[in-house]
Amino acid sequence: MTTETLIWLIPLPPLLAFFLIVLFTNKNKALSHTVGVGAAFLSWLGSMIVFARAIGVEHLGAHPFESSINWLPLGDTWLKVGVLVDPTTAAVLFFVAWTIFMIFLYSVGYHNFGQPAGDHDHMGLPPHGATVTDKDGHKHAVLSVEPMYSRFFAFIGLFAFGMYTLVLSDNLLTLFVGWEIMGLCSYLLIGFWYAKPSARAAGIKAFMTTRIGDVFMLLGIAFLYSATGTLTFREIFTEETLHVLGSTPTGVFGLSVAGLISILLFIGTIGKSAQWPLHVWLPDAMEGPTPVSAMIHAATMVSAGVYAVIRMFPLLTADFHGHELTTAMSVVAFIGAFTAIFAATIAVAQNDIKRVLAYSTISQLGFMIAALGMGAYVAAVFHLITHAFFKALLFLGSGSVIHGMEHGVLHTGNHHVDPQDMFNMGGLRKKMPITFWTFLIGGFALSGFPIITAGFWSKDEILADAFGHGHWVVFITLATAAFLTAFYTMRQITLTFLGEPRTKEAEHAHETPWTMTTPLVVLAFFAVTYGWVGIPEHFPLLGGIVPNWFHEFVGGTLAEHPEALEFSWVPLLTSLGVALGGLFFGWLAYRNVTSVEQDKLQIPFLKNKYYFDEAYDFLFIQPAFWFSEVFVSKWMDKGVIDSILHIFGPTTGGIGSAIRNYFDVPVVNRFFGDGSADVTYWIGKNLRPIQTGRIQQYLILSMVVLFVVGGLVYFLLLA
Amino acid sequence: MDFLNTHLLSLILFLPTIAALVILFLPSGETKLLRWSAFFASLIPFVLTLVLWNSFDPNKTGFQFQETYPWYEALNSSLHLGVDGISLSMVLLTTLLTPLAILASFSVTDRVKPYMMLFLFLETGMLGVFMALDLLIFFVFWEIGLVPMYFLINQWGSANKDYASLKFMIYTMGGSLGLLLAVQMLGVLFGTYDLVTLYERWNALDPSAILLGMPVHTVKTIAFWAFTIAFAIKVPVWPFHTWLPDAHTEAPTAGSMILAGVLLKLGAYGFLRLVLPFYPVEAKMFAGALAFLAVAAIVFGAFAAFGQTDFKRLVAYSSINHMGFVVLGIAAAAAAAGTADAHIAMNGAVLQMFNHGLSAAGMFFMVGVIYERTHTRDLEKFGGLFPLVPVYGGILIFMSMASLGLPGLNGFVSEFLVVRGAYPVLTVYTAIAMLGLLFTGAYILKGIMKVLHGPMNEHWAHGEHKLTEINTREILVVVPLMALILVIGIWPAWILEVINKAVVALF
Repeated sequence: MTTETLIWLIPLPPLLAFFLIVLFTNKNKALSHTVGVGAAFLSWLGSMIVFARAIGVEHLGAHPFESSINWLPLGDTWLKVGVLVDPTTAAVLFFVAWTIFMIFLYSVGYHNFGQPAGDHDHMGLPPHGATVTDKDGHKHAVLSVEPMYSRFFAFIGLFAFGMYTLVLSDNLLTLFVGWEIMGLCSYLLIGFWYAKPSARAAGIKAFMTTRIGDVFMLLGIAFLYSATGTLTFREIFTEETLHVLGSTPTGVFGLSVAGLISILLFIGTIGKSAQWPLHVWLPDAMEGPTPVSAMIHAATMVSAGVYAVIRMFPLLTADFHGHELTTAMSVVAFIGAFTAIFAATIAVAQNDIKRVLAYSTISQLGFMIAALGMGAYVAAVFHLITHAFFKALLFLGSGSVIHGMEHGVLHTGNHHVDPQDMFNMGGLRKKMPITFWTFLIGGFALSGFPIITAGFWSKDEILADAFGHGHWVVFITLATAAFLTAFYTMRQITLTFLGEPRTKEAEHAHETPWTMTTPLVVLAFFAVTYGWVGIPEHFPLLGGIVPNWFHEFVGGTLAEHPEALEFSWVPLLTSLGVALGGLFFGWLAYRNVTSVEQDKLQIPFLKNKYYFDEAYDFLFIQPAFWFSEVFVSKWMDKGVIDSILHIFGPTTGGIGSAIRNYFDVPVVNRFFGDGSADVTYWIGKNLRPIQTGRIQQYLILSMVVLFVVGGLVYFLLLA
Repeated sequence: MDFLNTHLLSLILFLPTIAALVILFLPSGETKLLRWSAFFASLIPFVLTLVLWNSFDPNKTGFQFQETYPWYEALNSSLHLGVDGISLSMVLLTTLLTPLAILASFSVTDRVKPYMMLFLFLETGMLGVFMALDLLIFFVFWEIGLVPMYFLINQWGSANKDYASLKFMIYTMGGSLGLLLAVQMLGVLFGTYDLVTLYERWNALDPSAILLGMPVHTVKTIAFWAFTIAFAIKVPVWPFHTWLPDAHTEAPTAGSMILAGVLLKLGAYGFLRLVLPFYPVEAKMFAGALAFLAVAAIVFGAFAAFGQTDFKRLVAYSSINHMGFVVLGIAAAAAAAGTADAHIAMNGAVLQMFNHGLSAAGMFFMVGVIYERTHTRDLEKFGGLFPLVPVYGGILIFMSMASLGLPGLNGFVSEFLVVRGAYPVLTVYTAIAMLGLLFTGAYILKGIMKVLHGPMNEHWAHGEHKLTEINTREILVVVPLMALILVIGIWPAWILEVINKAVVALF
């Protein structure tokens, strides 16, 4: 099979799985997950083959794998769609395939496959546990299988299809198709337990918030399409086209056409990658099952947002000459850096194990966006990939922790204990060793623990880039955010795993089955080793031992291969300092904390995420309700428009009755009709007395008439 | 076979009427017989349309399968039929939706015979508009279509049916007054009603000439608005739209399917077949005004839909929102006539007509399915029904997503083309329309949220009120719609090729 054919086939197995499960196998759980995981495996296999072939090609950037077909006939031309694998795609495909496959596998265990059906479980609600009676007649509460087990695999199948489509697209249109399909899937999966009002609201929030970005992105796509006549990346990213786009002014904020299109497209990313000010949906997305969180936060959705900027990087930098950042780039860099620190400050005050991770995702995505805004292409891709590995690991790890805690909750039967609250945990390292060690690796990678973790190398590269190009504000902001990252990560690890169990439930927590721990181990492997493929050449001691494959390979995507950065001690020491310092202080502050009251960071302002939800509700959501329910529906349609229409009825009726009452009845009927009759009648009546029947009177009357008429004729006519 | 080929259009057009007349002589009590004969009778035009589609050559310009029969010789009006790519797709939509609507009506038990007959008459009325190549014939069919729909709403509708049917009838007829006058004016001026002849002669008029005592330009402007208002009411464009939610809400399910699926398209089709070819200059001049109304329909339609508590009214307002994109595409095509942008916008508009026909019919049907079981349309009375009716829920989500314009389904393709075509020409309007697109999401999700999601309303879970799952017949009604929605979303070229050729030839 040619590589191009194979690339076309990669997204299809999960889509096929979706249809198979929905239409045929949904009654059978085992069959459904076999279809789902099998499909993820096939796509993984295809991706690995493509990846292996891609790294074997020299100058893949100039001669990528590509293939396209005619899709839409428009006027005299066709809109083409197709697939493209260049070095960046290959690198992204690698992590997407691995994380998706691992998440599929993990889902089998997470949804308690093999456990009995719950006693009171309903479709639309999370499983509540089942009671089993053992040989001796003792009753045990055990975890119960997810009632919508098959449906879950169908949805994540569709999700995976969306991501593969997006990554492999050679054009913005199919990228957008994948993008929106993921939007639908995030809605369906965040609101997976739809009977819970909170989950239902979170799904809608995710869909609507990202859709704000999407409509701007659609405008950007329309703009780009009309400006260039194509949506295919490699046709847009020619030197000539970019030059024209970069040098044509739009008159909007002094942006060039390229700049304005980039910003419109970037707003899509702000929504999808949960950047400030559209970040509000991501923490609520924790309402979904944990594999979904991993899916959204690492493998697919938010990574897709960053990937879109990476794809459009040549356009974003079309009028960039290597010194002063363009307006568009400054906007991107500002949003990224601000989000990085903003989200990090919220994360330090969260108590829900998944919410900490949610805010850390927002913050880390900010790092990548900031890097792209500064033109640090390779560093952004690098951090995207390492982050995907360790964040998928952390989410799956936290799911494993929650699962273990739920086990404890079922054991004690105290359902008031929130299995996600870190203050209910503690000491889990002994109960769940695999989860602990892998989570520790993931946490250290997130913190940027020096040398051994992947997160160190990628984050250090972003900081080095910011420093090397003199973007001081960004550098300091990101360094501070990195410190906070290490701090809240260690806070999380300390509260969850270290010390002694703070509740009975934590004492009875239990390690999870192999389907859940295997993905943790695999992802932990990448969370460590993936950093080693991108060690800068000039790094002290280590530099040059392993070639900086990542920089060479991914950098080759761009028309101009980015130069390797000069080494400087300042950013290196900074990243060492903030990582180790943050970890140390995190441990120091929380090693002896036994209850939430002792936590000094429970500041309402931070805990309530700066009240963004409340502000948006007041500023946008309530007015939107009022505008649609009252203004448009009641006032405009029923009030003004229908009132005007209703005037026509009475007016027509009024004219009709006026004509009848004032003309037809009095004039025609009464005056002419009845009147002529009355007059005739009156005349007749009054003439009646002379009709006496006496011949003499008639003769006298004839005589009188004769004389009168004769006299008149004589005097008037003859005289 | 030869007869079939030369009379294809008139067969498709009049077979429903003949079938209705045959049904008239069937016994009224045999409801099963009546239903099935109406259904099979409506399948024949559909099959013939497939034959028509198959033998249609998209590469030929002009009208194909033309037939001419003498009709009103004193006025020089003849029954002249013919189709191009645009009308062909509309004919397909009509002959596809009618059997589905009849199948959807199998649950009607009240006066089945006249009900089925009215549907078949309605089909002839609608098809006549799409096939007519004679202005007077166009107008006749335009009005004929109203009558069956009036009775369907008035006789088989729900509580407020008198108000709704009257509003629908009077409003549309009021709009047609100007149309009738303008049609007559054209007939008087040129002594013919034949569209093909009129296209040439009307546009060849010397702009400086004096017509009816006025400059040609003034005459054309007046006639332009007479046409435009008639069609704008039918589409409906804001602010002529308020008849639609009432008519839809009160109409029986199948009536709403046809109303949204086909009748609204008559208005848009009028723009394409008459307004743009007859008044290119005026259309270009007033394109901004038209775009303004279109964007108002998109935005206010979306907001109004979001503000409803009646499920059917919500879907009805969604039609206003979606048809706004058709008119936006038409406005863009008028403003940029002859350019690639115009072609793209017009492709989008025509495809959007077809797509909305599928998804709106589907949505109304889904509303009808649940209304038939619960006898309420109040969104507040549902809630959490998904576990009770998983298949229905799945289909409802699918249809909702089609209506929302999810990429991968049909609506996205056409909306994207309209936005792409309109963006360079009507940038600001297009940008504002995005607000409507955003709130499309809001009302669609509101529908799903209130009906399927959330804590279950126990009222529907037990006893005599227990909600029953969608049945096989009902699934058979939506499956063709779903299949087409998906096929056009993934591979739109098969239909767009037919539309595109006609669009390029015309505009």
